Amino acid sequence: MENAIQSNTDLKPKKRRSQFGEIWKRFKRNPLAIVGLVLIVLMFLMAALADVIAPGDGVFAGYNLQDWNRIRQFPSAEHWFGTDDIGRDVFSRVVHGSRISLQVGFVVIIIGITVGIPLGAIAGYYKGILDNVIMRFIDILLAVPNILLAIAIAAALGPGITNVMIAVGIGAIPIYARTVRAQVLAVKEQEFVEAARAAGANDFRIIRRHILPNCMAPVIVEASMGMAGAIMAAAGLSFIGLGAQAPTPEWGAMLADGRLRMLAGYWHLTLFPGLMIALIIFALNMMGDGLRDALDPKLRSGGFSKKRFRRIQLAKAAAQNNSGEGQ
Amino acid sequence: MANELYRGKLLNISDLSIHFFIEEGTVHAVNGLNIALAPGETIGLVGETGAGKTTTALGIMRLVQSPPGMVVEGKIEFEGRDLLEISEAEMRKVRGSKISMIFQDPMTSLNPTIPVRDQIAEVVLLHENVSAQQALFKAEEMLEKVGIRKERSREYPHQFSGGMRQRVGIAIALACNPALLISDEPTTALDVTIQAQVLELMKDLKVEFNTAMIMITHDLGIVAEICDKVAIMYAGSVVETADKYELFKNPKHPYTIGLFNSLPDIEKDEDRLVPIKGLMPDPMNLPPGCPFHPRCDRAMPQCSEIVPENTEVADGHVVRCLLYEAEHNKEKGV
Repeated sequence: MENAIQSNTDLKPKKRRSQFGEIWKRFKRNPLAIVGLVLIVLMFLMAALADVIAPGDGVFAGYNLQDWNRIRQFPSAEHWFGTDDIGRDVFSRVVHGSRISLQVGFVVIIIGITVGIPLGAIAGYYKGILDNVIMRFIDILLAVPNILLAIAIAAALGPGITNVMIAVGIGAIPIYARTVRAQVLAVKEQEFVEAARAAGANDFRIIRRHILPNCMAPVIVEASMGMAGAIMAAAGLSFIGLGAQAPTPEWGAMLADGRLRMLAGYWHLTLFPGLMIALIIFALNMMGDGLRDALDPKLRSGGFSKKRFRRIQLAKAAAQNNSGEGQ
Repeated sequence: MANELYRGKLLNISDLSIHFFIEEGTVHAVNGLNIALAPGETIGLVGETGAGKTTTALGIMRLVQSPPGMVVEGKIEFEGRDLLEISEAEMRKVRGSKISMIFQDPMTSLNPTIPVRDQIAEVVLLHENVSAQQALFKAEEMLEKVGIRKERSREYPHQFSGGMRQRVGIAIALACNPALLISDEPTTALDVTIQAQVLELMKDLKVEFNTAMIMITHDLGIVAEICDKVAIMYAGSVVETADKYELFKNPKHPYTIGLFNSLPDIEKDEDRLVPIKGLMPDPMNLPPGCPFHPRCDRAMPQCSEIVPENTEVADGHVVRCLLYEAEHNKEKGV
């Protein structure tokens, strides 16, 4: 008897189709999303291994090492991305800059989500006065442009990357609150919520276990796109001098430093940091798109687009070719 | 152990009225409803769309959305306690464990983000003092009971067909062995062949668990299949209630008779069915007197003035109609 049970449990993992597996299966069907994911993984590796790729000594000689003998050199075998005004290696700075951008992206998303989701969920679930109070507060946040808010916070707390994260993070709250509220409004009317109530679940449990998981798809997509927006906003703030301060190797700040030299023909000072910003934003957006399709088990968003239909046709044709070759 | 008074009576709803107060006026969804149910007994709650069947069910669960809905009067005595008096926290303990519910549409009544096994285990965890492991084991046991292989227990609702999902719904409802099961048209959304299977399953499990049941339906066929007693609802109140056999053999209320006349009979070669003329009255604006009188063939002048009382025409057969009230009173010599 025990053996029988044992063998049964042994079989299970094979048969199990996990939720993650399902999502991954759909996600990997989208080549652009995979490109985005690969780029983001590379970006993460770059950030994690920044000290290995561009160590403090040796060829790249540290991202903050100034060398007056190599001012404004164009890219070469020794300095892949060239050197800047005060002889710092641009490649090292770009590599180390990924740490800051990713950190900004994550902290902003975390601020936005941890504040925005509960606010949106409470507003949507309880409606009434609570909803009004919360959403008017959100409206106030929305009424202040993020840049203005950041300027105000920078003025109050002083410029710096931490304050930029706080400012952009606060600016990100309304998107999540609104997205979640709209979702909650729709989801809470569904029968399974009433079923959960009929099963004796309390409000907290209903929100956490039954409503929020069904609201997450747009939030995850929003987070992936929002991270791109946050990185852009932080770079923008650094560009106008409110964010990362010298000598922090922030991409936006590097753009600002190099922009005057660009007119003098030193294109490498702005091209590489600019390219990195563009690349990470592109990657996050592509991944966000892919996630949106993958997270939707019923393909609610758009159903069969021409593109997807073609993709499936191509996949089928490829599969046929493969099997043909196999024979 | 329950209160002596309520021995033999599991549920006793008396004079229940549920109204919805909306801007346009007051919707009289349930008006003076009376239902009594013994343990293990099944009552069919039959009526047209809008008769207040679902509102009654939600009222028993205290899930009528408020505002705008409100129980304006009445008692819902369950195992000797008035459910309308107890606190929300206590009510939550009753929901899912003592009284549970099967919903109409299995496509929407399961959470799409949780594997079915975990959805069943959730109810068990909420009401029984067990570990997560034990709850999952119980969930798998329940799934086998409703005819779903254990191997499929980790799948998500969208991987099941409608009939299978309703089986999951039944498993959730019965997981804590409730004393009362409310089924809100559990087979309406299913194919006829699947309907029969699901009904059969419910019938078997009802006996196995000794669960009393309120079967909400508009299908007299289902009543014949599964119920012991029938309550015919019209405009928010029960107009006739009787034992199933008594009611099918000897319907009294003109509305009940009308319902039977509007069913096709395979043995008579009828060209036309006889529908009940007119429509269900607007619950915001119920007619005075007997709510059925505008549609009634046998309406008398006083029907528009006097609200009929319950009249017991035979043992356990109660009708709410002036036709019988008069006769009955004459017999009694009043």
